[in-house]
Amino acid sequence: MDAITVAFAALYQFGDAFAFLVLSACGLAVIFGMMGVINLAHGEFIMCGAYVTVSGANAGLPLPLAILLGALVSAAVGALVERLVVRHLYERPLDTIVATWGLSLIATQGTLIVLGSTMGGIGTPLGSFQIGGYSYSVYRLVLFVMAIAVLAGLYVLFNWTRFGVMARATIQVPHMAAALGVDTRMVYSLTFALGAGLAGLTGGLYAPTMTLVPTMGTTFIMEAFVTVVVGGADVFLGTAPAAVILAIVKSAMTSWQGQLFGQIGLLLAVIVVIRVLPKGISGFLLRERT
Amino acid sequence: MNALSRFFARLEGPQTIGRGPVFWVGFLIVLAGACSYPMFSDGYTVGNTVYFFTWVFMALGLSLIWGYGGSLSFGQTAFFGIAGYSYGVLTLNFGAAYGFTLVAVVIALVIAALAALLLGYFLFFGRISGVFLGIVTLSVTLVLERFMAQTAGPEWAIGKARLNGFNGMSNMPPLTIPWPGGDIILYPDVQLYYVVLGLLVLVYLGLRILVNSSFGNVLVAIRENPERAEMLGYDIRKYQLGAFVIGAVLAGLSGVLYTSWGQYITPSSMGMTAAALPIVWVAVGGRSDLTATLIGTLVVLSGFQALTIHGAQYALVVMGFLLVLTVLLAPRGIILAAAGLLGRFGKSKQGGA
Repeated sequence: MDAITVAFAALYQFGDAFAFLVLSACGLAVIFGMMGVINLAHGEFIMCGAYVTVSGANAGLPLPLAILLGALVSAAVGALVERLVVRHLYERPLDTIVATWGLSLIATQGTLIVLGSTMGGIGTPLGSFQIGGYSYSVYRLVLFVMAIAVLAGLYVLFNWTRFGVMARATIQVPHMAAALGVDTRMVYSLTFALGAGLAGLTGGLYAPTMTLVPTMGTTFIMEAFVTVVVGGADVFLGTAPAAVILAIVKSAMTSWQGQLFGQIGLLLAVIVVIRVLPKGISGFLLRERT
Repeated sequence: MNALSRFFARLEGPQTIGRGPVFWVGFLIVLAGACSYPMFSDGYTVGNTVYFFTWVFMALGLSLIWGYGGSLSFGQTAFFGIAGYSYGVLTLNFGAAYGFTLVAVVIALVIAALAALLLGYFLFFGRISGVFLGIVTLSVTLVLERFMAQTAGPEWAIGKARLNGFNGMSNMPPLTIPWPGGDIILYPDVQLYYVVLGLLVLVYLGLRILVNSSFGNVLVAIRENPERAEMLGYDIRKYQLGAFVIGAVLAGLSGVLYTSWGQYITPSSMGMTAAALPIVWVAVGGRSDLTATLIGTLVVLSGFQALTIHGAQYALVVMGFLLVLTVLLAPRGIILAAAGLLGRFGKSKQGGA
């Protein structure tokens, strides 16, 4: 085993962890950054995306289209949830957590009742390649590229489009944005749908790599929470650097002691980080700037 | 007599609904009913009622942390599990002779308190509040569950006690009180019922005194406006940490009683669903009052069990709807909303609490 092989193995581990953290967290972070609300049903939106993707693929859709369908369905469900529940609770962020947890219970158990305890999955596509005696999955590289693409897409959306301008105005001073003619309720609805859609996209992307069970959302939420807590309210200055740091911690701990210790390492990292930087990395960076 | 009336005065105050002779006569009637209840019932039903009672401690603790202190914690089941597992490990190793189970209860509660102190230090002294507190405590709970679930192998043993991974630990001795002429073993039956009922009354009255003391008043002031409480010179971090630790000990008490009641504990008692249920009980009844929490918890639990008989899966869906509807329609809790309505119609102003 030479140095390049070791370096590539480490890099691959890191990329895998980074992609998982970014994709798990981005939907949650978009909603939190905009509204200061944590969507505890985030995992269930991921589950929704995964189920729709697999159903679509089984019905004969090509996988990329099926994933897109999963994201769109999740976004639609998200818009509905925002309209029925979350909209009434923007003044009470703690109650939003509680209410979305109720939704999460309903969604998990409802899926269990309607679709049964597991659903036939689809195999991981694209095969594998070999470097220095180890084989690596090509699809994991695709996931890494997708994580970067999602971040880039969000950057373009928030900085170069009309929606992005309105959204950033609403984040900064909501009533001022409203006074200038921005329909802030519409912006909130769209953002929530966007967050749910990103969750669905994550579910769709990871659907081929895991077994589909109604509780699969819990696999993602721990990582999502941790990344958002460490990152703070800003997707680019928070979520992305937080994912880099946490991915290093996680991949190092995982290759040392296994999956579970990767998670424990994440948790300890978070508890230490919040003691030092209560507003997360983005809070720290933004304070330095002003 | 003077001392007695002063004792009663400390049980009442602005932070609890229910005061005056009418309330306390009602309280005594309910207590008398609860004491005589086993005479009219069979052992199984009484044991089942004990099961309901064991959860109430955790709910009262959450009411203190969340309802009074305003910090939403999802970590109650973590301390439930820590204390439950501690009790299991201790009693499986040292047995039940010489009243050791009672020592084990105390040690388990101290372990839960230390865990809460450590976690709470990082959270409250890091000035984590609001939604972040909720998700960090939830993450801790979930990681703890996953950790316990993977302890299936024989290398995961503490002394003689195997942790047994996802299947959990079992066959630990029930609570045993040393007694001349033969120990009293508290199987889930009438005797355990009286012990748990006594504990429940003690904890309920103790918490009433606590929340109506200056500690409780500061806690409520922090809930209403943390900055203002701080400007008035209170170190809010210490008060929040204090409430968090007390709540954790109560959750631990639930865990210990549950473990000794059923003689088993599994990691799923810390999982996502388990962590959601205390939130449902407390939110539905009315989190900002101890009495409403107590009644709400018992009602929701018995309703949940009745539903479970017809289909456990549907019961959880109903719980979810109950939670969402409560938050949307009666954010202070159904019992408190009803009490508020009654207070508006009646001439007494008890609903203002």
